[in-house]
Amino acid sequence: MLLLRDPGIDHLLRRATFGASPSELRAFSDLSLDEAVDRLVNYEQFPDDVDNHINQPGYVGVTTRGQFSPNTVINDARQRWLFRMVHSRRPLEEKMTLFWHNHFATAYSKVAGQTSGSVATRHMAAKPSEDPGGVTGQIELLRKYALGNFRDLLLEIAKDVAMLYWLDGRTNVKGKPQENFARELMELFTMGVQYYQEADVYAGARVFTGWNIRFVRLANDPMGTNAYYEFLYNAGQHDTDPKAFSFPIFPDGNQTIPARAASAGMQDGIDLINAVARHPETARRLARKLYGFFVSEIQPAPDSFVETIAGVYLQNNFEMKPVVRAVLLSPEFSDPSSYFARYSWPSEFVVRAIKEVGWNGFSVDSALSPLANMGQQLFEPPDVAGWDLGPTWFSTAGMLARMNFAATLTTNQRFNLRNSSRLYGQTASGLLAHFLDRFTPSDYDTAPRQDLVDYLTASGPWTGSDAQVLVKAAGLAHLIVGSSEYQFA
Amino acid sequence: MNVTRREFVRGGVAAFTVGFAAPEFLSELALAQGSTSRTLVVLYLGGGNDSLSMLVPYTDSFYYSRRPTIAIPAGSVLQVGSDKSGKPLGLNPRLVGMHAIFNAGQMAVIQRTGYQNSSRSHFTGTDIWSTALPNAPQTTGWLGRYLDLLPSPVDPLVGWSTVRETPHALRGRLTAVPSIQNPATYGFSSPNTGAEAALERTFALKISSHVPVERPHLAFVNGTAQAALATLDRVVPVAQYAPTVTYPNNGLGQALKAIAGALVKGIGTKVFWVQTGGYDTHSTQGVNFQNGAYTNLMGILDGGLAAFYSDLKNQSLLDQTLIVQFSEFGRRITENGSSGTDHGAAGLMFAIGGKVNGGIYGTAASLNPDPSNPTLENNGGDVRFEMDFRSVYARVIDNWLGADSRQILNADFRQPGLSFI
Repeated sequence: MLLLRDPGIDHLLRRATFGASPSELRAFSDLSLDEAVDRLVNYEQFPDDVDNHINQPGYVGVTTRGQFSPNTVINDARQRWLFRMVHSRRPLEEKMTLFWHNHFATAYSKVAGQTSGSVATRHMAAKPSEDPGGVTGQIELLRKYALGNFRDLLLEIAKDVAMLYWLDGRTNVKGKPQENFARELMELFTMGVQYYQEADVYAGARVFTGWNIRFVRLANDPMGTNAYYEFLYNAGQHDTDPKAFSFPIFPDGNQTIPARAASAGMQDGIDLINAVARHPETARRLARKLYGFFVSEIQPAPDSFVETIAGVYLQNNFEMKPVVRAVLLSPEFSDPSSYFARYSWPSEFVVRAIKEVGWNGFSVDSALSPLANMGQQLFEPPDVAGWDLGPTWFSTAGMLARMNFAATLTTNQRFNLRNSSRLYGQTASGLLAHFLDRFTPSDYDTAPRQDLVDYLTASGPWTGSDAQVLVKAAGLAHLIVGSSEYQFA
Repeated sequence: MNVTRREFVRGGVAAFTVGFAAPEFLSELALAQGSTSRTLVVLYLGGGNDSLSMLVPYTDSFYYSRRPTIAIPAGSVLQVGSDKSGKPLGLNPRLVGMHAIFNAGQMAVIQRTGYQNSSRSHFTGTDIWSTALPNAPQTTGWLGRYLDLLPSPVDPLVGWSTVRETPHALRGRLTAVPSIQNPATYGFSSPNTGAEAALERTFALKISSHVPVERPHLAFVNGTAQAALATLDRVVPVAQYAPTVTYPNNGLGQALKAIAGALVKGIGTKVFWVQTGGYDTHSTQGVNFQNGAYTNLMGILDGGLAAFYSDLKNQSLLDQTLIVQFSEFGRRITENGSSGTDHGAAGLMFAIGGKVNGGIYGTAASLNPDPSNPTLENNGGDVRFEMDFRSVYARVIDNWLGADSRQILNADFRQPGLSFI
């Protein structure tokens, strides 16, 4: 039978989750929009137990080469994250983790190039409970703060080992300041390029002098097999002179961080992070970014939306949960003109396709190369500005990679597709109606819809035989998932 | 940046799909639009190239005093003579192949290229170099505007990006440039085989051929699907190209090999885009180490270009090919505490090709940190531009691509003395 769908809830699930499998859809079927948003936002009520299901029947597979090692092997970390996106009971947590991964875009390869593959994977992706040194990988930090306090997240990011490698903060010392982190903190992580001066970058670099790292070897580990790095405030390398900025640092409007003893100098960085977190342009920039992420990429964010959401951010002491809640309950979000107004990111496309086409017998490992071809290798953003979003995903190679992933998935699922659509396959139009309901692409105009019907009967009249359904169900699923209409969420 | 992309979509993509050629005309178009004409290869060094480590002012004592750990000794550089101010210069010791091209008179180096109020942001900087419009860095790219001027309908392989995304410089209002990283994997797969697989491809092409009403974003993605499907068969022979030399097995080397293949097979592409990254050398720049970061970058660059140059020479295609290189900014003169360099201002460009008038153009900066030094800016911190990069573009547009630079660059940047091509 066809599922009863509420277009508003469908829209919410495409945006605030990675799409819904039929059983997940049922959990939302009796909820109002407010209730559904609450269920998604207050995800702490659901246990974070998804990783326990890795390698269990009934779930999408992972491919192990020897031991599955998501804390030390980056491709396994990528598989674990895709597994979580498919099956987590806290899908908005994963969605926001992805948002922050793009916002604080850090690439594994640079960290690995300066350490090693396993040390870099630990600092990118290790769960502290599973790491011999209790290392928290950057993605675990982002997950912990997925809907947490943005100011606190900024502070943790400034001390994050992967970030200290990525933007060279580990080498930022007195007398020879390193500008990389201070620049991107203001340009990309908070206010944006128009709202600071070059001199602010130079002062900001001095603020973070001494925010370095140290090597840690555990007592019971003489060979250093489990050695890692941790943040170190190196007072001896901190520039203690005052630092003047072009924008207020303190609530009273004072623009200068005062001279401080080296031992107290870490407060400089905290002062600057407080200042950029409360800067009104940071609030507006986050509002615009969230608009693009959750609401629409084909209409600009209305000023009223930006001001409202920026206000929620500032009034709630930089807590992101009320901010995201307000975005999802905004009239702009619910307006039907926002439906399918987002270009799906490759990871969103892949996960939604897996959830809608099926996963029994499929391994997320088979999605890793296609994702790279589509332009989104997880843990490997192209640069610190993150991925180029929207239409930029859709180069010819990117689109071809999507069509070909649809082929890979439907090839793998062809028997499952035949079995699950036998009932509807008595007529060609029945099969098409079933798939359009199950895959939720944006509407096809009359002409391409007719093409889909014609495809089913192009090689002979419809009989509904098992052999025909086997071929055509896979072919039709391939055409739908590979079509432009399916690339929007 | 998002606003612009949105505007790009709203303003551009509807028109784009309409102007797109139907696949059956493509081979004739390729022929008509000139498989024998000139080709431009744009090479982007991503991250902000430290031009002082590429073209070394080895007699400037401030070069050594300001870079105590990352200056290249005078005795190591590959000498290229002096510029017109009489300053002796030398190439990075790793650029052996490019030095030979220089000595053959087919490489021009244009010093101190940049623009007023140079952005130190990678992203704004790249946008400015891509659009050639510093005051409107979010509009179409300069090469996209060139392609838009070609008579419609345009062959979709008129441009070719060897990176996954279509670079900003190639984004036009009417023209969608395909991104073909690896011709060998540029194919269409299917869950079925034989006639059923062919049928799926036919219908994929058909489904994406319609122009959706009032959904320009959907039309844009349809256009991309059309471009992909229409170009597949023509890219197949490029994958089978057997070069006359061995290309390095890295991204740049393989991209240049694909370009050579496309040239030899007469695909008709006018503008290729190739890039190589890692130039954001904030720390341990390692110019004097065998496996130092910058040394490796120079090795990748030199290996790729030397192979490409030899291959084209062997194929008698050098005279119809022009390679032009840029990066989003140069780097700070004084090294930082991490034996690296932070973001600076002016950099250098170079051009290679059979028709290039080789040599050193422009004058090197004095690296004297005196704030009144007119060749520097930012209190003596960074190299100040001498040659507007748009003058280089203008020369390429007027003298190589055969278009009118004033129309594409919105102003007259022509410099008669800048006669590298």
